[in-house]
Amino acid sequence: MTVLTVAEHRRGELRPVSLELLSVGRLLAEETGDEHHTVVIGGDVETFGRKLDREGVETVYTVDEGEEFNHDVYVQAVTQLAEALDPSLVVMPNTVNGLDYAPAVASDLGLPLVTDVVDVDYGERLTATRELYGSKTETTIDVHAEAAALTVRPGEWPAAEGVNGSSVEPFEVDVDESAVRSTVTGFEEVGGGDVDITDADVLVSVGRGIGEEENLDLVFDLAEALDATVSASRPLIDNGWLEKDRQVGQSGKVVTPDVYIAVGISGAVQHVAGMKGADTIVAINTDPNAPIFDIADYGIVDDLFDVVPALIEEFGG
Amino acid sequence: MKILVTVKQVAVVDDEFEIDGLGIDDRYVTHDLNEWDEYAVEEAVQIQEAADEDVEVVTVTVGPEESEETIRQALAKGADRAVRVWDDTLVEAGLLDPATKARVVEAVAAEEDPDLVLTGVQSADDGFGATGVTLAERLGFEWAAVVNDLELDREAGVAAVHRELEGGIEELADVQLPAVLTIQTGINDPRYASLRGIRQAQSKELAVKSLEDVGLSPADIESPLEQTSLYEPTSESDATVFEGSAEETAGELAAVLREAGVAN
Repeated sequence: MTVLTVAEHRRGELRPVSLELLSVGRLLAEETGDEHHTVVIGGDVETFGRKLDREGVETVYTVDEGEEFNHDVYVQAVTQLAEALDPSLVVMPNTVNGLDYAPAVASDLGLPLVTDVVDVDYGERLTATRELYGSKTETTIDVHAEAAALTVRPGEWPAAEGVNGSSVEPFEVDVDESAVRSTVTGFEEVGGGDVDITDADVLVSVGRGIGEEENLDLVFDLAEALDATVSASRPLIDNGWLEKDRQVGQSGKVVTPDVYIAVGISGAVQHVAGMKGADTIVAINTDPNAPIFDIADYGIVDDLFDVVPALIEEFGG
Repeated sequence: MKILVTVKQVAVVDDEFEIDGLGIDDRYVTHDLNEWDEYAVEEAVQIQEAADEDVEVVTVTVGPEESEETIRQALAKGADRAVRVWDDTLVEAGLLDPATKARVVEAVAAEEDPDLVLTGVQSADDGFGATGVTLAERLGFEWAAVVNDLELDREAGVAAVHRELEGGIEELADVQLPAVLTIQTGINDPRYASLRGIRQAQSKELAVKSLEDVGLSPADIESPLEQTSLYEPTSESDATVFEGSAEETAGELAAVLREAGVAN
């Protein structure tokens, strides 16, 4: 039996989650006593293959099909390789693309699927830890099956290190073109405004707690007093209150300012993915249990409509 | 043309709550239409309103009787009719994994024969994010996950979509119909239900079916996943939390910010 992990790349770059998956694969292979294989599909597979040669990886399979991700090709490639290897576990990334092919792979192979896994353990069977109700609770799930598929959350495991001398082998996939019914026609950078939040030293970032669009004036006043730039979490962008290029998070921008002031932001995992690299994180929120306080350096548990005006006054606004 | 939209009622947990066994104590839970599904319903209704042909929008829900309030919300926003599947076997099934949910929706889809299926990207409570693509695979439909822009070309039989990738990048893709598209928030601006809509929703058809009604047996919904615990994650917070009046806390924070070089 084997543990099979599936790498991810985009626009010529192997994505960091690929190396994190290798850590998950190695851990599971050690616990199950299986071999750990990984596969990369499409793009510059030779270069990617060399980069995936890490400790614990037995074989890196390369599937030279297409330049970019196409889920119809990925489903066929992973399914055919899994049929050849008969893995006990197929581990894929819980990314936008992962969620675009992993459920189909699991369905085709008849494997149970657990998504967005944040921890794993293999005793007598696979036990996966995931979150329920946003990030408010965690739950463990036992998988009662000989084999299973899982997608793991990016950023939860360290990147695998070391060079191992794994064998890099091409794997030929017999692509059924009639089953390829989607075509990627291009990529687009999202934007809409002329603000570069990735360049700001100080960000005042605003979330759902602001309540109404007209209350945003308060946040802009604070930003002005602090000589800062305004950024936001997803709900405000979805509401059309601010331009998309101000969005911080997994699907927005990754920012690394000196100071990040989160105003009325609860700190959903997708948001945190975009700002946890800030030097100093300040959170202002009424909910003492908001996950943002788990990563904050300084916090105020109070109504932002009381604290922000007081802060503006402190800075002579 | 017929559009099938999956609609789920999700549990919304209060800021403060207590865990009761493998669930949250009822006192701390309210229910609402899943946010992602709200965008999917709106997208279907907008397609209907813009189309040159007759478009029927049908919602499908795997859920108990309590979810009818949520389903009526979708009907009030413009869906034509609803199907809800539930029975004691599903009550006892415990954690419904994506494959099980997809199998039930597939059985409804097989009867309805839609041209397009829209689902939310994920549900706000269990957040598997996998039912839509699993459903597509089972139906033999094409699909796209995490769609935040959609243009239908019915003559060409193609949906031109944008998929929202990580890091502010969108992928543009053409997807052959029939298809399942999982809809991301922000794709549109969901409407509030009008009073007239709410009144009309009361008289719209909401068909309730058992597993047997849709041609499934209890053996079809045996999930291999077993939830074994539920707990609050331990906080790793080492934040310095300022306490006192807003003036006091703002003053302390201001000192820290000045120390960090802000507004100097």
